[in-house]
Amino acid sequence: MAKEVISIFVENQSNVLTRISSLFGRRGFNIDSLTVSTTDDPKISRITVVFEGSGQKLQQILTQTEKLEIVKEVRLLKKSESLFRELLLLKIACDKYNRAGIVQIVDIYRGKIISLNKECMIIELTGAPEKIDGFLDMVSCYEIMEICRTGITGISRNAIVDSEDV
Amino acid sequence: MKLNGSQIVMEVLLEQGVDTVFGYPGGTALNVYDSLYDYQDKIHHVLTAHEQGAAHAADGYARSTGKTGVVFSTSGPGATNLVTGIATAYMDSIPLVAITCNVSDDMIGRDSFQEVSITGITLPITKHNYFVNKIDNLAAAIRNAFRIANEGRKGPVLIDITKDVTAATIEYTPMPPIALTPNPTFNQTTIEEVASVINMSKRPVIYFGGGVQSSGARKELYELIQKADIPATYTMMAAGVIDCDDPKNLGLVGMHGTVAANKSIDEADLVIALGTRFSDRVALNPKRFARNAAIIQIDIDASEINKNVMINYSIIGDIKEVLTALLPQVNKAEHTEWIDKVTAYQKIVRAPMPNSQLRPKEIIDYVCDNTDKETIYVTDVGQHQMWAAQFVKHHNMHSFITSGGLGTMGFGYGAAIGSQVANPDKRVIHFTGDGSFHMNMNEACTAVSYDLPIITIIFDNKVLGMVYQWQTIFYNKHYSQTILNRKTDYEAVAKGFGAQGFTCNTLNEFKEAYKKALQCKGPVWIACNIDKEERVLPMIPNGGSVKDMIID
Repeated sequence: MAKEVISIFVENQSNVLTRISSLFGRRGFNIDSLTVSTTDDPKISRITVVFEGSGQKLQQILTQTEKLEIVKEVRLLKKSESLFRELLLLKIACDKYNRAGIVQIVDIYRGKIISLNKECMIIELTGAPEKIDGFLDMVSCYEIMEICRTGITGISRNAIVDSEDV
Repeated sequence: MKLNGSQIVMEVLLEQGVDTVFGYPGGTALNVYDSLYDYQDKIHHVLTAHEQGAAHAADGYARSTGKTGVVFSTSGPGATNLVTGIATAYMDSIPLVAITCNVSDDMIGRDSFQEVSITGITLPITKHNYFVNKIDNLAAAIRNAFRIANEGRKGPVLIDITKDVTAATIEYTPMPPIALTPNPTFNQTTIEEVASVINMSKRPVIYFGGGVQSSGARKELYELIQKADIPATYTMMAAGVIDCDDPKNLGLVGMHGTVAANKSIDEADLVIALGTRFSDRVALNPKRFARNAAIIQIDIDASEINKNVMINYSIIGDIKEVLTALLPQVNKAEHTEWIDKVTAYQKIVRAPMPNSQLRPKEIIDYVCDNTDKETIYVTDVGQHQMWAAQFVKHHNMHSFITSGGLGTMGFGYGAAIGSQVANPDKRVIHFTGDGSFHMNMNEACTAVSYDLPIITIIFDNKVLGMVYQWQTIFYNKHYSQTILNRKTDYEAVAKGFGAQGFTCNTLNEFKEAYKKALQCKGPVWIACNIDKEERVLPMIPNGGSVKDMIID
């Protein structure tokens, strides 16, 4: 099933996240990733949710979400008109023999090495989810100690957001 | 003027026009109840036996008046006892405001005595809820609760107030109720399109639900039925919206609906769904429901469109407003042949059961023929509820009070109390079963304390009838835990509560008992011993369609 990304603009108050995630849960939707951040308006937070859903089921969760008192707006981010980014922190084992090889891959992907010691390094990489996946595939032949991905956050490219989205 | 939190609760309730609340006091609610003591001339508090009864009473109050029901409780168990009542109101879109008190803010999160996160517990069964631990937020929370409960699709809202807030003081300024967010608007093109579909239809049928009642669109619905000459069928939530004597009334639709209602939906070329949600008790098989028809759905809640059954044309809006815009575009029509055909199905009725001295239909017929048209009928849940839905002579809106979506056994007595408190001049009849009544008969003490002349008619078949019926038909008569055979002596128990009780085995005995009951000042129970093999029919099994209908 297709992965969908939606932005939900909510009142910035306690329990908001629970209200959203509980709704998805009880309506039978599995959340792949979820990020929360503040917006230019301190009273409004933006929640980006990635989940599987299409057609009528997608419409159902969008309209149910819009009904919540704390929800100000729901936007479905169309793939062709939106930018998606994710942050990866990766701890990878390395020694004097393989360090250079890893650094080469990190450079190609324009990642950053933000910590280094004799046993391991930590890499920071930002990009579209496909880029992160590709990078992880490339380094999979090394000993990966820990992976931490933030989940997707996304924004529409257009100056004016098409209100017909939802 | 400076008021404390408890006084603000009272003042804001008065702003909203509330004069009656149901509830039960307790430790954290002491301040609120102390304030209620001072406001007792303005706010009538009905003390129930149990918080669940109070929640159902507030719900019954709301259903029988169209106003907002209000219920109070203390923290912990007081609050959790409201849960079934709140969920019942949520499933049936009933405006209810529940005000619970919690432990003081400095005790929150420490597993304090009678502490529970009721906002967490009620998250999925309220339209919204508030946890108020700052006095500054109190008045706004209560005002908004009333707004949310009543705007759009109605429903329950809970406000949980910490005890320190009920004592803290703040400057209070009276305010009129917050204006409701305007209903969704719809465009004229859609109206014209829908009207033309109606005008082209040869075999239209209207299928309407509780939304017509909450929108108050009875007059507009009648106009559509008359002008476009369309027969109509209703869900249990809309019983009474159109008169049972109306020739175009096809009766109840769904699992235990009439043959006429279900066949008309099956054979129609157009189904006009008004304020209804295609639940699994109506569209038992969503793929086959209205299989020959285009479907128009008009509802205030956008999430109801295409939820269970795929819709061809939809208008999001208040039923009354939409119909008002639609009616001038709908042509006057005649569908005589179609109406004759579907109303003829009405005549298929079940043969009477032999050797039965007292039958549910006879009881309900006698009751309806011997009370006025203003009577409010309240039910619990099970076979008796379906018999009541089928056989009660429905004449008015807000007069059939029943738990539809949640199917709450134990709803009836509390709801009957709420209905009688709200309508002191109307007769309230409570139909129940021996299963349901054992879940709520404790509220008899409330009915006695407040001299409420509710007549409770117990359909006593010594079994858990509806489940028993399913076990008979689908489970090889394995009567697992459904043979109740309670030894309860209803007459004696009624007397013990300070009420009156009768028992009857024949219709004549029932008539005598009922005549006496009508003369009683307080509550009366009439236990009717009926045959356990009585069935609710017709019946369409789960997931079935009209072709699977069991008629006798």
